[in-house]
Amino acid sequence: MKIPQISIFVANRPGRLQTICKSLADANINLLSLTLADSGEFGLVRLIVSHPEKAVTVLESSGLAAAITDVIACEVDAGLGGLAKLLATPAGQLQIDYMYAYPMQHEKNYAIMIFRFKDPDAAIDALRKAGAKVLSRKDLLGD
Amino acid sequence: MKQTYWNDLNGNFFPEMALDFMPAEKLREVQLQRLQAIVKLAFDKVPLFRSRMDEKGLTPHDIKTLGDIRKLPFSMKKDLRDTYPYGLFAVDMKDVVRLHASSGTTGKPIVVGYTQQDMDVWAEVIKRGLLATGFRRNDIVQNCYGYGLFTGGLGVHGGLEALGATVIPISGGNTERQIMVMKDFEVTAIAGTPSYFVHIIDVAEKMGIDFKDLKIKRGLFGAEPWSDGMRQYIEEKTGIKAYDVYGLSEIIGPGVGCECECQNGIHIFEDHFYPEIIDPETLEPLPDGEEGELVITTLSKQAMPTIRYRTRDLTTIETTKCECGRTIRRIRRIGRRTDDMFIIRGVNIFPSQIETALLRAEKALPHYQIVLDNQGSMDTLEIKVEISRDMVSDSIGAMENITKRLKHSVEQILGVSVTITLCEPGVIPRSEGKAKRVLDNRPKT
Repeated sequence: MKIPQISIFVANRPGRLQTICKSLADANINLLSLTLADSGEFGLVRLIVSHPEKAVTVLESSGLAAAITDVIACEVDAGLGGLAKLLATPAGQLQIDYMYAYPMQHEKNYAIMIFRFKDPDAAIDALRKAGAKVLSRKDLLGD
Repeated sequence: MKQTYWNDLNGNFFPEMALDFMPAEKLREVQLQRLQAIVKLAFDKVPLFRSRMDEKGLTPHDIKTLGDIRKLPFSMKKDLRDTYPYGLFAVDMKDVVRLHASSGTTGKPIVVGYTQQDMDVWAEVIKRGLLATGFRRNDIVQNCYGYGLFTGGLGVHGGLEALGATVIPISGGNTERQIMVMKDFEVTAIAGTPSYFVHIIDVAEKMGIDFKDLKIKRGLFGAEPWSDGMRQYIEEKTGIKAYDVYGLSEIIGPGVGCECECQNGIHIFEDHFYPEIIDPETLEPLPDGEEGELVITTLSKQAMPTIRYRTRDLTTIETTKCECGRTIRRIRRIGRRTDDMFIIRGVNIFPSQIETALLRAEKALPHYQIVLDNQGSMDTLEIKVEISRDMVSDSIGAMENITKRLKHSVEQILGVSVTITLCEPGVIPRSEGKAKRVLDNRPKT
């Protein structure tokens, strides 16, 4: 149920994001989500893509350093207070450490959030027990 | 026939290596005879040497013992520039069969010449080094040293031919082709600069090639100082044995000295190259075991006899005997050159110290470059470090910790504050010859 997320180290200089997007597009790799984290000195681009392993190879041949980490995709009720409700479940009470989160997709009735937990397996367990819908790679790709 | 003598670890005997095991008294005798002859040659044929001898009131007859070498004047790189191109040659050009030149980073290059006898000696000493590091005639050797005016390529080539190994004269560059050749030609050994071989390791990794699947067993590396950490990195990454060969163009090129299989310092082929250690400040000779500048006298070189040449390399002559049994003395591997040293805020720093610190913090050898600059009245020291795949994390905090770890490790060794800048892969220029580690942007005063 874990989803591979790609992290790419980028120097703070113009055109880096474009290089990343173009090399993935040229290789027919679909971007499902993208988020930027920044330290002032350098940045990290985090991506969810259709073909993670291939993406790492493509990015490396474009001269970028990239690594894969496991994250969790979770369906969240798009109604008022949906995310608050999810975080109030035992997942939060079990004090599972989450490091960052970002939205990936938003439909009328639901949204998909990406969570990076310190212990993804325990988090999946806790979320499931709380009745949350944890999505697989297949679910995300829509087939 | 029953074999009584052996001089390699597998119980074989190589007559060419016997010179390395000569009894010490016999060696000193050979050295004195050759020293007397070379001083006479230089005195008779090289005006600069003659005038320096005259200044000191010396003639070749004053050299009665090996210890008398201390009376002789020093020579240095500047002499080669001042007498450019042929001013230090001691033979007619008709007897010079080869010229090499060093890249002139400041103005004119320096030119060195060889007679046929010099070429034979050069091939002989490299062959002795190759044998000492386990190279044999059935080896298929990829020679990645640059061919051309640089002494590395053709020098090592000559030694490999003398050994009878199969030489692949591939020179430097085109790294993907190097790796294809290494694999397809079933290369068993390699020669080149250590920094270029590290680059080959990187590229091979990207190409998905595992050194365990290759036949390569050993490498002879030199032409630039490299740390023990870098050796460990090369050996662990590839499973080959990495040996250090020492030399400089002004003396003969690679082959002035070489490690043996004990990897315990560089044996100087002192029947041809007489080593001394001096204090670089007072120029006084230092006893074996003390660190100072290495000074070499060529004992047999005909085209360009060089007396008491100051190499700028800092080392010590080892006092203990090497386990291999060689009687020729050995020096500690060169980590530091007085030329490479730079001064930041009054502190003397060698690039090798920074390399050691980076390795200690990361357990891998990142590509790095040292950038010196000046802001206001303050010199700054920045170390650019390339991020590799293994170093990338999804967490900003973890990436910032890399910077912190590197900074702490370097500052602990150097005692001055430094800035660490993480860079994307490939932004630091790769060298196919000697690595350029230091970029000094400070205004010249």
